[in-house]
Amino acid sequence: MSFFKKSADMLGDRLNEKLARDLDESAVLADEALAFSFAEFHPEAAERGGYSNYSYWRATVRAFFRNKTAVFFLCLMAATLLFTFIQPLLPGQKDPLEVHYGEWGLPLNNVPPNGEYWFGTNSIGQDLWSRIWAGTRTSLFIGFSVAVAEAVLGILAGVLWGYVRKLDFFFTELYNVLDNIPQTLLLILISYIMHPGVSTIIFALSLTGWLGMARFIRNQIIIIRDRDYNLASRCLGVPTRRVIFRNLLPYLVSVITMRMALAIPGAIGSEVFVTYIGIGLPVSIPSLGNLIQTGRSLMQMAVLRYQLIFPVAVLAVITISFYIIGNSFADAADPKNHVN
Amino acid sequence: MAKYILKRVLRASVTLFIIITILFSLLRLMPIEGYFDNFDKVSSTEIQVKLNSLGLNDPLPKQLGRFYNQLLHGDLGTSNIYRRGVSINTIIAEKIPISVKFGLISFALSLVMGLALGIWMAYSTRTRFKIGDRLGTVLIVVVQAVPAAVYHIVIQFVGSQYAGIPMLFDEARPISYLLPILSLSIGNTAYYAMWLRRYMVDEANKDYVLLARAKGVPSGAISRRHIFRNAMVPLVQYIPGSILSTLMGSLYVESLYSIPGMGGLLVTAIKRQDNTLVQALVLIYAVVSILGLLFGDIMMAIVDPRISLAKKEGSR
Repeated sequence: MSFFKKSADMLGDRLNEKLARDLDESAVLADEALAFSFAEFHPEAAERGGYSNYSYWRATVRAFFRNKTAVFFLCLMAATLLFTFIQPLLPGQKDPLEVHYGEWGLPLNNVPPNGEYWFGTNSIGQDLWSRIWAGTRTSLFIGFSVAVAEAVLGILAGVLWGYVRKLDFFFTELYNVLDNIPQTLLLILISYIMHPGVSTIIFALSLTGWLGMARFIRNQIIIIRDRDYNLASRCLGVPTRRVIFRNLLPYLVSVITMRMALAIPGAIGSEVFVTYIGIGLPVSIPSLGNLIQTGRSLMQMAVLRYQLIFPVAVLAVITISFYIIGNSFADAADPKNHVN
Repeated sequence: MAKYILKRVLRASVTLFIIITILFSLLRLMPIEGYFDNFDKVSSTEIQVKLNSLGLNDPLPKQLGRFYNQLLHGDLGTSNIYRRGVSINTIIAEKIPISVKFGLISFALSLVMGLALGIWMAYSTRTRFKIGDRLGTVLIVVVQAVPAAVYHIVIQFVGSQYAGIPMLFDEARPISYLLPILSLSIGNTAYYAMWLRRYMVDEANKDYVLLARAKGVPSGAISRRHIFRNAMVPLVQYIPGSILSTLMGSLYVESLYSIPGMGGLLVTAIKRQDNTLVQALVLIYAVVSILGLLFGDIMMAIVDPRISLAKKEGSR
């Protein structure tokens, strides 16, 4: 036994000697031999074996910025949003509700766009430029509020629905009933019953808006809740709340963001719709809905068309930007698109 | 199959019952002005007398029972303001034919245009510059992103100011049908095109298509017999629902072009605050939407026999 060990050791020693000799010889030789020299041992480098430096968010951002259309709309939307909020702070801006009077004490109504009133004035002499930006703020406020309400309610219901098995039946039946009520109809009904205003519209849209989000999250959670890492967490006694917030929801952040981005143009459109049928916001609260509605009633007269074209253009820019950014972000967040 | 359809119908009836109950209860919160055509002039005692005679001060379950009893006799009540004392059945019977006519024409148009556009886009993804795909995508993005309320106005604006088509509907002039039908069909056109393109592209990348190509099946035959047919299956489900959505969309389009149909009627009823008419129309729309979903599921089951209501086993 010891003989074998000894001979093996001897063999090893001899090999080492030979290698060392070869190494010395090759070191003396030309540079190309360096390619075959022994590397030094670094403990840190050894730790890195088989590890990929793939980062989900970095790959998502990279994939998003590769899409030039999306980047263009992102810049456009960022500029519009920024401008919407700093516009009242700029010098020389007019109050959206103030009626402007001319020299003879008559209201300056229906003034076409000029240097003083950049987008002209409306039929009672209010400045259309400041009304449009005030209206954009109202519409964006509605859009963001609905998106947030949708996300909060949708995530809460979706997580309970997907994760707690006892509630599955209850939520499924609830969904089947509520999903059958057309959202437009409920919007009309709530606006008809309640006092017209910003909060009514937000309430009516949030009432059913969360259904789609809840169902989506439920389906995703059912897919991932029994994966090994979640089982491991559960076996280690991690509290359910922590499993949900640390294991499940980070996985869904991208789709939640996408759905929120798409909810905003939807909410803005719904506001335009209820204002059209006469149960939306009063004219004293400027919104894109009632600006478009006012412009529409004047479109027969060619000189007054600017009152329709400006609000429609602003609305189109905002909704198209949100739509494209939401969809591109969803594509970028899909790990299938991270490969190349 | 029959069992599935039966189950689905039963489920829809239960849903219908629950939704009508919810909506009816919500509708009790309507402002009481809507029951009077001269609310400003009547005294508060007269208001109470009228509300009592209409049974609106009764407890909710009693009102609900009476409402279901009326409903089963086919009675939707009478209008208070829009056309005073005329039964709602009569009003609706005058309005339905025109809505159905517009709905069906625009549905057929959107089906034809949407499928053609979707096929063109899917075909064009294999060509060099993808022109069809790019153009179609622009249309779809605009239609999907811009609120319907706005692009309908744009269509009306451009059509009436630059193409010389009458702005409002006029039954005697066939050309005035053009803009409303275009407005009604464009949303569904974009919808069909978008999904058909996606399903066809997905289908074209499947292995059996590769096999068929390798066998030497002509590509026209592959597209027609395999790709298109399979891509149509998921679309079938949307067809009944989109007939419904043309009805819902017509809510806006009809009043925009003053077409004397159902959708315009609901908008008018809301503007005039005619409670009973609003109630009847809201319930009709809810029923139509539930039926749309029901028929969609049934058609889907007929086209694709693998679907069933049975619960999937194996989930823990």
